Amino acid sequence: MNKLLEIKNLSKNYNTKLGEIKAIDNISFDVYDQEFLCIIGSSGCGKSTLLNILADLDNFSSGKIIKNKNLKIGYMLQDDCLLPWLNILDNALLGLDIMNLKTKENINYVKGLLKKYGLEEFLEKYPNQLSGGMRQRVALIRTLAIKPDILLLDEPFSALDYMSRLVVSEDVANIIKQEKKTVIMITHDIAEALSLADRIIVLSKRPAVIKNIYNINLEGNSPLSRRKAKNFAYYYDLLWKDLDKNV
Amino acid sequence: MSNDQQKYLKKLKLRKIFILICQVLIVIAFLSLWEILANKNIINTFVFSKPSKILETIINLINQNNLFNHIFTTLEEVLISFTLGIILGLIIAIILYEFPILSDIIDPFLTMINSLPKVALGPLIIIIFGANIKSIIVMALLINLIISIITIYNGFINIDEQKIKMIKSFKANKYQILTKLIIPSSYKTIISSLKLNISMSLIGVIMGEFLVSKAGIGYLIIYGTQVFNLSLVMAGILILVIISYILYKIITFIENKLIKKF
Repeated sequence: MNKLLEIKNLSKNYNTKLGEIKAIDNISFDVYDQEFLCIIGSSGCGKSTLLNILADLDNFSSGKIIKNKNLKIGYMLQDDCLLPWLNILDNALLGLDIMNLKTKENINYVKGLLKKYGLEEFLEKYPNQLSGGMRQRVALIRTLAIKPDILLLDEPFSALDYMSRLVVSEDVANIIKQEKKTVIMITHDIAEALSLADRIIVLSKRPAVIKNIYNINLEGNSPLSRRKAKNFAYYYDLLWKDLDKNV
Repeated sequence: MSNDQQKYLKKLKLRKIFILICQVLIVIAFLSLWEILANKNIINTFVFSKPSKILETIINLINQNNLFNHIFTTLEEVLISFTLGIILGLIIAIILYEFPILSDIIDPFLTMINSLPKVALGPLIIIIFGANIKSIIVMALLINLIISIITIYNGFINIDEQKIKMIKSFKANKYQILTKLIIPSSYKTIISSLKLNISMSLIGVIMGEFLVSKAGIGYLIIYGTQVFNLSLVMAGILILVIISYILYKIITFIENKLIKKF
């Protein structure tokens, strides 16, 4: 398989008034083309920091990230972050607009995506007229619009209620599969990770080190059907034992 | 529409009419009580004047073709200081937002200027800018600018961090973050600062006119006091009340229009 990203001995320290905090300690892993990689860890373990570093929004203290120079990274956050004063089409085009890539071809690509994923009638509507799930879909399309090689998802469903979560993750998984994207998603929800991922990396509590990496083999080709797979409970148990619980 | 719904709407309408009637009655009762007490010499008409005399003064002013001149002078000054206040307030707020260290540095000075009674600077302003409209505008600016800056700046710094992260993930530069996110996000704050700004401008302008002026409502009031024509003072105050009410209503109207369009 084609390696897209290689993370080698990555560490990150924060300086605060009260002292230096080690957030990430010597993490190494690879990301392969078209895989769905989940990183799970308890809250505050430094997984968001890791994602920020990969998205180039934060720097790291030591280590190496080896990637192709032209590798494009798309970032989707917890919140849909749609701008209320832009209509759906303009929201989806925001990334292209900022990167000065608003060509006719790209606009048509975005319109095509919106149409394909059931948002065609809403192009002229505003975010507050859409349901939470639809908004999340627009946010995903906004990220896909710049044709990223790797998609970073930061707990993209955590702002939704349980029912919508299941439906939207079904949605998102379907879109990602169809568009053949490589994904790194962070979450603290074991079941969610299992229902989506090809591979799961378990991080310890802060400072984050890799505790285990699992290849997930579950029957079923959608998150919901994978939740019903035979060995779902087996994996769940493995991951549960690995996770640090700081209750 | 169901019967209950109709009844409910009717009740709402009646309530509105009742409120309006009460408000009109209060004004009438207040004016007539004032008039009657004045006529019966229970209150001193030299100090308190009386409604009929105030009306007479206003009509006189109109006949001498002076009243509208005074009103326009005041309105002109309010408009100039209001516009300058908003534009400068916006620019300074942007600068403070873009350079947080600057905002930390000037924070105590802003607080100091803000808590200083600006009228104390009046004599100084007259000496620096001369006995003309400039001094009045500066006075009004001193009063409305700081408030505008603080309101708009607070709007800027309260923008959702997640949205900033989102736009940064597309490699937005500072200028793009400002024009595509920060300013549109603060639209509502900026509009509501208009409301604050208009009342502050009016306060500043009247204060300025008290200090130095040849025309304007503030001038009418101060002139009336100096020649002991208390009817003129009362007329000035009455006109001022009406002007400030109308200005406030206009701004509220614009605010509603702009926000609805949003």
